[in-house]
Amino acid sequence: MAHGPAKGIGRWLFTTNHKDIGTLYLWFSFAMFLLGGSFAMIIRAELFEPGMQIIRPEFFNQMTTMHGLVMVFGAIMPAFVGLANWMIPMMIGAPDMALPRMNNLSFWILPFAFALMASTLFMEGGAPNFGWTFYAPLSTTYAPDTVNFFIFAVHIMGASSIMGSINIIATVLNMRAPGMTLMKMPMFVWTWLITAFLLIAVMPVLAGAVTMMLMDINFGTSFFDAAGGGDPVLFQHVFWFFGHPEVYIIILPAFGVISHIIPTFSRKPLFGYSSMVYATASIAFLSFIVWAHHMFLVGMPIGGELYFMYATMLIAIPTAAKVFNWISTMFRGSMTFETPMLFAIAFVILFTIGGFTGVMVAIAPADVQYHDSYFVVAHFHYVMVAGAVFSGTAAVYYWLPKWCGRMYDESMAKVQFWVSFVGFNVTFFPQHFLGLAGMPRRYADYALQFSDWNMVSSIGAFMYGASQLLFLFIVIRTIRSGTPVSEPKVWEGAEGLEWTLATPVPYHTFSTPPEVK
Amino acid sequence: MPTNPVRATLVKLVVGAAGMFLFALFVMPPLYDVFCEVTGIGGKTGSAYQVSEAGVDTSRTVKVQFVATNNGAMPWEFTPKVYEVRVHPGEPTEAIFYAKNRTNRAMVAQAIPNVTPFGAAEYFHKTECFCFNQQPLDAGSDADLPLVFIVDRDLPKAINTITLSYTLFDVTDRVDGAVAQLN
Ligand code: HEM
Ligand SMILES: [Cu+2]
Repeated sequence: MAHGPAKGIGRWLFTTNHKDIGTLYLWFSFAMFLLGGSFAMIIRAELFEPGMQIIRPEFFNQMTTMHGLVMVFGAIMPAFVGLANWMIPMMIGAPDMALPRMNNLSFWILPFAFALMASTLFMEGGAPNFGWTFYAPLSTTYAPDTVNFFIFAVHIMGASSIMGSINIIATVLNMRAPGMTLMKMPMFVWTWLITAFLLIAVMPVLAGAVTMMLMDINFGTSFFDAAGGGDPVLFQHVFWFFGHPEVYIIILPAFGVISHIIPTFSRKPLFGYSSMVYATASIAFLSFIVWAHHMFLVGMPIGGELYFMYATMLIAIPTAAKVFNWISTMFRGSMTFETPMLFAIAFVILFTIGGFTGVMVAIAPADVQYHDSYFVVAHFHYVMVAGAVFSGTAAVYYWLPKWCGRMYDESMAKVQFWVSFVGFNVTFFPQHFLGLAGMPRRYADYALQFSDWNMVSSIGAFMYGASQLLFLFIVIRTIRSGTPVSEPKVWEGAEGLEWTLATPVPYHTFSTPPEVK
Repeated sequence: MPTNPVRATLVKLVVGAAGMFLFALFVMPPLYDVFCEVTGIGGKTGSAYQVSEAGVDTSRTVKVQFVATNNGAMPWEFTPKVYEVRVHPGEPTEAIFYAKNRTNRAMVAQAIPNVTPFGAAEYFHKTECFCFNQQPLDAGSDADLPLVFIVDRDLPKAINTITLSYTLFDVTDRVDGAVAQLN
């Protein structure tokens, strides 16, 4: 029974092993992270000084669009799917995912989708240039011809996400070890179970939106075209009906990771486990009924503005409950500050800042000022970068020693943390000021009064970018020549089935299910 | 019948995902239209209106303003002949817009109406409107485009001015047939 992986490239192409597929997802995601990151570097280089310096405005628009699309769909989402593949079977005592061949397929169509999307950069007309939110009519009537490739790519990655989610739900609902009731499941499994349901509910809506675009562009329908009786505002409703749950799809698994790391390094069980589960479920539910807070300025009646404002603010309550639970977990714990913990604590602080600016932009009358300014850019980078990306980085430092039986270099990792932390804040904190001072987002050039903070922001961005190359270096060095570790509990405060397995984790685990008491 | 529990979960989830796709394509757009129509949100006006016998309310006067806009690169000349009229609720009133095709090719246009404030949309009735049909015009020719409207007697008291705006779209590419007819 105990056979190892196949040899050569075939191992990766045909693998149905959840650990291999998790690894593939993680490397793919990091490659996309560097690609999207290089687009960001181009954006920040152009914005270093006012005036057009390096690129043309048309190309700038392609860069902002591609940066957003690649980061959201190529970097963040696959990273957490990779972590799910690696960890969920080990956390629930299952030998593998429930649908291993579908698992292989859902990964391998992703590189195809992104190759298709990135290839538009080299085509006539250029890459998508209508923003990652691809509002009609920019993405229909006025789109470059390459929009059809974009639509096809979105369909493929949507299919990949849906298959991945089906797999996760099928695994969690059917393959838990005997004795593991739902309310005994680790938080990461819970957050992913809920996220997977969100994905199945809204990825098809995204597919519907791009399908309507496709028909408007190529088959003469008028879903979003006022000339034929349609309405461009309908596009925004459909998009954000997907888009708002999507931001929670991004953050919920990140919450799950943090809920493991903080107890480990505080040497205390997670405070308020069941309230964490209920908070996650209510965030997921609420995320379906707040979408028009992205549309306060399209001309909604006052009742609509008020409803979406209060409903949005309501989300801050379960979110705050989670933050308080993490803080209570740390309270009076015997804390140590290894790199995963540093990232986790930074997550709690910076995500909370992002949550606060979220409540600010949720105030409909105030959003008239904030909307489509750099303030919104600052808001969502605090929740997506300091939230999701920091959490993903923490997860890699936390689980990598378990996966490969080698410890990363702690002092180098701490340097990487501090450069990321400072770089991130230097990049994005000033963007709050820029936004409040009235600098609009998605412009290739700006008025002179915005010069200073833009330069600061660009310097921070280069610093943050460099810290990610250091991260890559640390990970590769760990895998190749890190100090070997062999105790099952790599971190002595860690709890859970995954830490009962040998280190490094064997290729096949839990072929006979463990008993959970 | 799926007996294996994983299979059963798979089938349910695939059906759910397919259902959401169909929901986005076939339910959301019509639902949005119905919602806007019922609430008057978005300033969309209804289709041709049947005159009722309620009579004219001469005790009230409402100002109706007309705005004409060309969408995108639409090259026609398009203006209201009168920019503003004062009407009594319940009174059918005619207004004329003027359009001229300034190009040297036959074109077809479609005017899309919108009413501000949105709260007035459901009280603004059109018994006759050029916007109910597409407007073909030969190269260089022009036309007077008629509109007959009635402001409802139930128009909320707070509304004293209604702005009716038309945006003119070039739909020539959509209706090759209509251009052929002209020629
Ligand atoms: C307390 C929680 C939150 C609240 C109240 C909130 C509220 C809002 C509001 C009202 C906007 C629209 C602002 C505007 O365009 O004028 C917005 C934008 C955004 N939020 Fe949040 N948010 C919260 C958390 C999050 C989280 C957790 C994420 C993702 C991880 C997120 C991602 C985004 C993104 C990506 C945008 C910008 C979308 C775009 O226009 O490109 N937000 N948020
Ligand atoms: Cu939102």
